[in-house]
Amino acid sequence: MSREKILAAVAKNKPTSTPLPQIQNFGNQYADLAEQFRSVLTTIGGEVVRVKDWEEIRAYIQTHFVGFRIITTIGELSDMAQNSWLQSDPHSLNNVGLAVLQGQFAVAENGSMWVTEAEMGQRAAPFIAESLALVVKISEIVPKMHDAYARIGSADYGFGAFIAGPSKTADIEQSLVLGAHGPKSMVAFLID
Amino acid sequence: MTINHATAAEKFNKDFDRTTWHDETLWWVRQKRDRAAFSIPEWEKLRDTASQIKHNVLSNLDTYLVEFEKNAQKNGITVHWAADAHEHNEIILSILKKQGVTQIVKSKSMLTEECHLNPYLAENGVEVVDTDLGERIVQLADEPPSHIVLPCIHWKKEEIGVLFHKHLGTPEGCADPTLLTHAARENLREKFLTRRVAITGVNFAVAETGEFVVCTNEGNADMGAHLADVHIACMGIEKIIPQRVHLGVFLRLLARSATGQPITTYSSHFAKPRAGQEMHIVLVDNGRTTQLGREEFRNSLKCIRCGACMNTCPVYRRSGGHSYHNAVAGPIGSILAPNLDMTKNADLPFASTLCGSCSNVCPVKINIHEQLYEWRQVLTKSGHSPTAKTLGMKAMAAVLSNPSVYRLSGKMGRLALANVPFVVNNSLNPWYKQREMPEPPKESFGEWYKKNRG
Amino acid sequence: MKVGLFIPCYVDQFYPKVGIATLQLLEKFGCQVSYPSKQTCCGQPMANSGYEHLTHDCNRLFINNFAEYDYIVSPSGSCVLHIKEHLHAPESETQNEGKATHIRKRIYELTEFLTDILKVENLEARFPFRVGLHQSCHGQRGLHLSQMSELVATPFSKPEQLLNMVKDVELVKLSRKDECCGFGGTFCVAEEAVSSRMGIDRIDDHVKNGTQVLTGGDMSCLMHLEGVIRRRKLPIKVMHIAEILTATE
Ligand code: SF4
Repeated sequence: MSREKILAAVAKNKPTSTPLPQIQNFGNQYADLAEQFRSVLTTIGGEVVRVKDWEEIRAYIQTHFVGFRIITTIGELSDMAQNSWLQSDPHSLNNVGLAVLQGQFAVAENGSMWVTEAEMGQRAAPFIAESLALVVKISEIVPKMHDAYARIGSADYGFGAFIAGPSKTADIEQSLVLGAHGPKSMVAFLID
Repeated sequence: MTINHATAAEKFNKDFDRTTWHDETLWWVRQKRDRAAFSIPEWEKLRDTASQIKHNVLSNLDTYLVEFEKNAQKNGITVHWAADAHEHNEIILSILKKQGVTQIVKSKSMLTEECHLNPYLAENGVEVVDTDLGERIVQLADEPPSHIVLPCIHWKKEEIGVLFHKHLGTPEGCADPTLLTHAARENLREKFLTRRVAITGVNFAVAETGEFVVCTNEGNADMGAHLADVHIACMGIEKIIPQRVHLGVFLRLLARSATGQPITTYSSHFAKPRAGQEMHIVLVDNGRTTQLGREEFRNSLKCIRCGACMNTCPVYRRSGGHSYHNAVAGPIGSILAPNLDMTKNADLPFASTLCGSCSNVCPVKINIHEQLYEWRQVLTKSGHSPTAKTLGMKAMAAVLSNPSVYRLSGKMGRLALANVPFVVNNSLNPWYKQREMPEPPKESFGEWYKKNRG
Repeated sequence: MKVGLFIPCYVDQFYPKVGIATLQLLEKFGCQVSYPSKQTCCGQPMANSGYEHLTHDCNRLFINNFAEYDYIVSPSGSCVLHIKEHLHAPESETQNEGKATHIRKRIYELTEFLTDILKVENLEARFPFRVGLHQSCHGQRGLHLSQMSELVATPFSKPEQLLNMVKDVELVKLSRKDECCGFGGTFCVAEEAVSSRMGIDRIDDHVKNGTQVLTGGDMSCLMHLEGVIRRRKLPIKVMHIAEILTATE
């Protein structure tokens, strides 16, 4: 059996054990987390909109996404979106224009937001939609990835992702193109 | 027959302007990496930490593998073990056969390149579509990737335009990156929607939780995995990390080192299959345990495949990835490849000036250039050097270890010495192709010293 | 202090001026310098080509020549690095390993010897030209003579520190301040195409930024770059840093 063969070879060939290092936190070098988050996410192709309440988000969506098929898992916005997509075959999401999902928290150093299957509704949702909107409370921005994993802790999820901006590629001569396979645009709503 | 690096590099360099372009494109990526690294004051400490974590992994790899397996199984993932490339390919084929599937999508996985999965599956009647844009481009061109992160960095947009016109029907003469990318998007979207099995690579697998993380910018791994009935993830056994918190260290380093981005667009954590889905993971050895046993070279297994060592390598930039005739090119490829096949890859550790820039950018602090030096010794001692070179070196050693012979050969004309230290082959001395030799002075320093201070 | 002068083989044979300038510099700062006449080479050309096992005789010779000195100084970062990393007594002569260790610890590249051991602060030299410094990889990344552009760390440069003491030197700013020149020992012939191309690109950077005199601490890199300059008939002069530090133009 290859399993035993591999494990035996590892046991035979591995070096003497060295301890794991302490994982330092390295503190917070950013004076304004929301501003740091905004500036990073903007430079990697995302958009950041600060809003006071759900009404503002609605208004934004109503002006920017007219005529799109919208899906969401957020109760406050459920009337804007289609129902019953949660149980449908993920392939049927192919024509979704906008997915509006809650992010658990955001990371200032890299402009990413943590979203798990629970907020996604369907795993394909944030990837297959033409545009993605993530809503994160402004109080839920952590400085760095070390803080992010401290927040996640030993949470149990089937799938989770840090998402930082729209899908993109620079495979053709290093020119940045948004919308490689996933969303062509991404907006982060920072809500009070 | 594989063409050796020097010959392939010479061919590459025939096109002067293209070499300039290739060099400058990659140097641009290196500069982006620098800006990203310099925005993190604790960068060097992060590299230290990452390197130490990886050392701990190597020293407990068997324990972590078993722990990962247990937790992944608990999560509902099927775990397979493959001793070599062939077994890896067979495992995948058997899963596909069980599903009755002959068409699949695959996102970037250097391991499947290393195992030559695509040709194997093609022989067995399975069509693989690579979905990473760069990989799709080289696949349409029937070439391997030339870079582990930027697979088609050697292609110009006009050439991609021609390729896409032929295969995807884009307008003739179209070389606009946005239009070309979106044409590929349309074409591949159809594949994502119709293929039932998706293969992805793995960037990190967490022993403690049984989850694995896949990083992409395009979202192609996710599009494949979340739409497919079966998700197969392939990983080298060295991709294990002990705990979830360690992802915090590696995800800070990976994209910054690779492309200068603060993080990839998607860092997807796959812990359990979605309802109704099958999820497989294939753990592959393929020479890794052998490398683990080579004391001087085992650190190469720390590699997180960021590609930074290639972008900074002045030789890689001026010879192109294909000149390394190995799935992983560049400095890291040159220390991994001889482990797989010393005869075929004996040239690679010599395709370097040992400048050391690679070791400095490496986020896990692999002593790449020192390993290149060590491989040279190992290859020479195990008889993988050309006889002429060995004879030349022996002659050189004889002159240099005997002061009077050395003085004499100096006197007999300084140029006679030109074939000693650096120029082994005197008859067709390549030095002169593009360079002059220094003018010989009237007297050597030794002679001057004797007259003036002796 | 007793200083043993190590002049690498190709400097001895092709660039005696560099040896002379080095000697003059060391004497100027009060060192008691001797040049052991039986020296040849550090053994690097063999070792870097994968023949470290053929360097035993060179090593023996090196140990015999230099063991008695307080310091060993050489105008070549590359050779110094090789000795520092690889000089050992041949296996049959382990009684000499102590001497080898002494040499490994006490061997210095010229510029670091001037800044760190002699703590030179004033050179009384003058050189009114635009000078482009080539950072040799073995000196820089190997011996840490200056900060490396890849590392997130405070910049410094020992050779620049010295050049700044020379009156009227104008240091040229390069677009790639520490890219390898492509010499690389036998690499320069084994991989002739890439080696030459790297040399051409380095020179191009100097031409674009207005270098009149190209300098550095490693004559091997400079020999390669000079070879490119002369073949292309470019108006750049090549001098070892020791020659500039002793200039009185
Ligand atoms: S060796 Fe280091 S720099 Fe090179 S790809 Fe691997 S991790 Fe990146």
